[in-house]
Amino acid sequence: METIVVEEPTTYINHQHTVASWLLTYDHKRIGILYLIVVTFAFFLGGLFATLIRLELATPAGDLFSADVYNRMFTMHGVTMVFFVLVPAVPAVLGNFAMPLMIGAKDVAFPKLNLLSWYVFTIGFIFTVASMVLGGVDTGWTFYTPYSTQGSESNVLLTGIGVFITGFSSILTGVNFMVTIHRMRAPGMTWFRLPLFIWALYSTALVMVLGTPVIAITLLMLVLERGLHLGIFDPRLGGDPVLFQHLFWFYSHPAVYIMILPPMGVISEVIACFSRKNVFGYSFVAFSSLAIAVFGFLVWAHHLFVAGISPYSALIFSFLSFAVAIPSAVKTFNWTATLYEGAIWWKTPMFFVFGFLGLFLIGGLTGLFLASLGLDVHLTDTYFVVAHFHYIMVGGAIMGYFAGLHYWWPKMTGRMYNDTLGKFAALLIFVGFNLTFGPQFILGYLGMPRRYHVYPPEFQVLNVLSSAGASILAVGYVLPALYFLYSLKFGAKAGANPWKATGLEWTTQSPPLPENFRTTPVVTEGAYAYSKREMRVA
Amino acid sequence: MPNGTIAAHDEHHGQHHPALQHHFQDLEQQHEASTLGMWLFLVTEVMFFGGLILAYTLYRVWYPTAWALGSEELNIYLGGFNTIVLIGSSLTMALAVRAGQTGAQRATVGWLLFTMALGLTFLVVKFFEYKEKFERFHVPGANFRFEGPESPHVQIFFSLYFALTGVHALHMVIGVGLMTVITLMAYRRRFSPEWYTPLELAGLYWHFVDIVWIFLFPLLYLVDRSHHIV
Amino acid sequence: MFSGFSLFPTQASTLAPEVDNLYLGVILITGFFAVVVVVCVTYFAIKYRDRTGERIGAPITGSVPLELGWSLIPFFIAIGIFVWASIVFFHIVRAPDQTLEIYSTGKRWMWRFQHIDGQREINELHVPVGRPVRVVFTSEDVLHDLFIPAFRVKADAVPGRYSAIWFEPTRIGEYHLFCAEYCGTRHSGMIGTVYVMAAADYQAWASGGGATEGGTLAQRGEALFTQLACVTCHLPDGSGRGPSLLGLYGSQVTLDSGEVVTADESYLRESILMSQAKTVKGYEHVMPTFQGLVNEEGVASLIEYIKSLQAAGNRVASAQ
Repeated sequence: METIVVEEPTTYINHQHTVASWLLTYDHKRIGILYLIVVTFAFFLGGLFATLIRLELATPAGDLFSADVYNRMFTMHGVTMVFFVLVPAVPAVLGNFAMPLMIGAKDVAFPKLNLLSWYVFTIGFIFTVASMVLGGVDTGWTFYTPYSTQGSESNVLLTGIGVFITGFSSILTGVNFMVTIHRMRAPGMTWFRLPLFIWALYSTALVMVLGTPVIAITLLMLVLERGLHLGIFDPRLGGDPVLFQHLFWFYSHPAVYIMILPPMGVISEVIACFSRKNVFGYSFVAFSSLAIAVFGFLVWAHHLFVAGISPYSALIFSFLSFAVAIPSAVKTFNWTATLYEGAIWWKTPMFFVFGFLGLFLIGGLTGLFLASLGLDVHLTDTYFVVAHFHYIMVGGAIMGYFAGLHYWWPKMTGRMYNDTLGKFAALLIFVGFNLTFGPQFILGYLGMPRRYHVYPPEFQVLNVLSSAGASILAVGYVLPALYFLYSLKFGAKAGANPWKATGLEWTTQSPPLPENFRTTPVVTEGAYAYSKREMRVA
Repeated sequence: MPNGTIAAHDEHHGQHHPALQHHFQDLEQQHEASTLGMWLFLVTEVMFFGGLILAYTLYRVWYPTAWALGSEELNIYLGGFNTIVLIGSSLTMALAVRAGQTGAQRATVGWLLFTMALGLTFLVVKFFEYKEKFERFHVPGANFRFEGPESPHVQIFFSLYFALTGVHALHMVIGVGLMTVITLMAYRRRFSPEWYTPLELAGLYWHFVDIVWIFLFPLLYLVDRSHHIV
Repeated sequence: MFSGFSLFPTQASTLAPEVDNLYLGVILITGFFAVVVVVCVTYFAIKYRDRTGERIGAPITGSVPLELGWSLIPFFIAIGIFVWASIVFFHIVRAPDQTLEIYSTGKRWMWRFQHIDGQREINELHVPVGRPVRVVFTSEDVLHDLFIPAFRVKADAVPGRYSAIWFEPTRIGEYHLFCAEYCGTRHSGMIGTVYVMAAADYQAWASGGGATEGGTLAQRGEALFTQLACVTCHLPDGSGRGPSLLGLYGSQVTLDSGEVVTADESYLRESILMSQAKTVKGYEHVMPTFQGLVNEEGVASLIEYIKSLQAAGNRVASAQ
């Protein structure tokens, strides 16, 4: 066959080639890719720690690492995954890339601030990695005092400063997103015509803006106490170590909604596209996002039920914790109903949605066990909690992130990946994940505490199952890295709309122009108007 | 709410204000976006200081005697002077923004310089206050010394004193840095009645830092000084 | 010694069946909803599958009755679980009136237990079956957590204050005791064993052995009380510089601030170690602090001694 030389259209990728053009870019799409690189690196770093943890825990004795090394590993696993993967993954990678396209804007409101966000994020990450290289931290990612201020002999200051710096990235991104969504929507894009991913990002930005400063000041107090010997949490002076916990969780609980709301938004996008219909109960889903963001600020002390708070305080927070579960339940029911009488296209992004629905369900429902005071006394600080949050964070948030990556990959790169491999990866992840974390619910009720380097021998069988599952999970996570990379060079060209989706981002070329749209789009219909359209072939 | 003008901008370039950034439709949208952004940022600052003020409040409820004793150790005259200085600087800042709004370029520069001078005055006074604390061994840590059984609690008071005023002073330093940039921009005639957004935003930031001090001064210097709790 | 593979830890206290029933109840309720959703998703995904990718779905946008239904019904079910769980919670945190006290201190990386009869243990806790026991404990350094899975009880040990757990053992046997709040290098080594014994065996154990030299906890407290010259101010008739301690434990105390507090273990501990924190109305603030002069065991012994002081000067024998 004759090779026809076609001039490549200008895209945000090929219009400038130098490294400087990437590192000094103001383009939200390039910034999204920059975040992708750091987040992916952080994911594999955190995953490495997870692998080592599960290897150690396959046997009851502490035969692989010393206790001290193990403690540093689970701490670094937590710090890396929470602050450098879960918080930024969907908003900073996918949100940065897709959000302006989806609302018909040329860029975010403050492109330079956006680049600064990435630099702040990366510098914070470098600080944290430096602290790891220098031996790491062993306080747990929660940095509880007085161990972190007086007991630990590890690099608490360096890690604390690293996370503190990274927090500003969140704050700046949150401000940027909120202003963009308020002020830069294309004409005709009213609030109730916005894709649900945008509602999710807006709710997330609200939490980022209100919550992150509190962890910032908490870490600052921690650093000042440890570094300069100010005594705010020191019990020897009459300081209250539990105050640290209140301040820490005042951010860190809403933070988990930063981690889950954007992936939920992704689920709405993907489920609408691959069911070819409107999301059932659009406004209920939209308001649920806001409700979760607001209610999420009212439940923090459910992390302190056995820490020494009064039983009456515990009652209030328990009740509110049940209440915050309701909007999530509403969303799950709405997504399920979206499938009803849909035209369901079994493609990889949809497989990750199915996985999300199953795993987030379990994660969310097991949260009710922990909200139940009578159960939490027994379950808190055990592997039940570890299983619960991994189901939500990994089973929910990471599945949602992968769904989004697989959905928008053709738009970001202009290439299709191998769909069969993608679906296989989704299945591997689903099976591996359940095998890894399912047994941990049982371990938790049996009484195995968390953050244990060695454990009584009767817990071994379940630990071995868990470690075996982790090996499958690891393969499941490595596979996408491989076929994504492969697709960059050898994947089929994607075209503007390979999924035949609605949404402004699919009306433009793949990869998009540097300025997104040649002419500003004008919006005349709602977000998921599948029934009103003819299907456009890619 | 998005603005009315649509695709027309895309066609003619170079016919807009030099300060208009290309991802915005017009100066009005840019101004609204920038202002909203600054207000949101100030909300984050409220949450930031809020954490420290929460800690302060809790400990004050628990250790009122120590709080009174600690508060008495602070120099109310220096603190009061600094309060007047800072309120004055907010006035000069507001006048600077007003001057910028009306295109009075020399007045803008003048008022901005006055604001910076007042800000620096605040910081100098702060330096002397800290020096005095250091000399009297009121800095928390190994060298802390305070008479009486409340000493450990008073150390917590001073920890929060230094944390609160230190973070505030840091914000002042950043503010003075911002003012330098803005003053240079004003000097170079970058502002006009059509566009003076950075001046306005810097003003918002400055007023916020002032308001934080309005909270800190009574909380730290004035609390319970007038009577001892026996 | 310990059972083989099982899904639940042994039920060894009166609280355990309550907690387990709650657990099963919540499993059933949440399991029901989980099954419903999973079945629906699977069924819809298969039934409505479109292999072509060309068709579109039905133009359904929503249903307000359905939304209200699946918001309100789960909400009321949630309230039901909340109420049930809260009732169990209050059983867990509210000890009965008559309990056998045992004091404990956690420090990196061990648990010290102090029986009021005088026995001391490290990482082992002997208790009698069929009797409510209350462990009053604190930490000497960082946060710890006393966790006994078989009893379904847990509470953090916070330096600077007392925490308490209570349980009534129902089965003789040996059970795990764990530290459940990460505390540094040997966190997972800070474990022990609870020995539940028949009442007679426990009596024999408690009163025997060299560990009782020094007397009961209350007797040691009395010695310390004299040694530290507490009696100089705390005259029994209340005429001294400090209030009388007769009948103090468990009574209501009016503070200078007007607040009325109960004189429990925490109050007594705070009064000894941070005497300026709560000052009693009508007395000058001259009580020195004994922080650094009395260790945790000393505090416990003083508390037990004070507990033994009843009104009218009668001292009740400390063994309960």
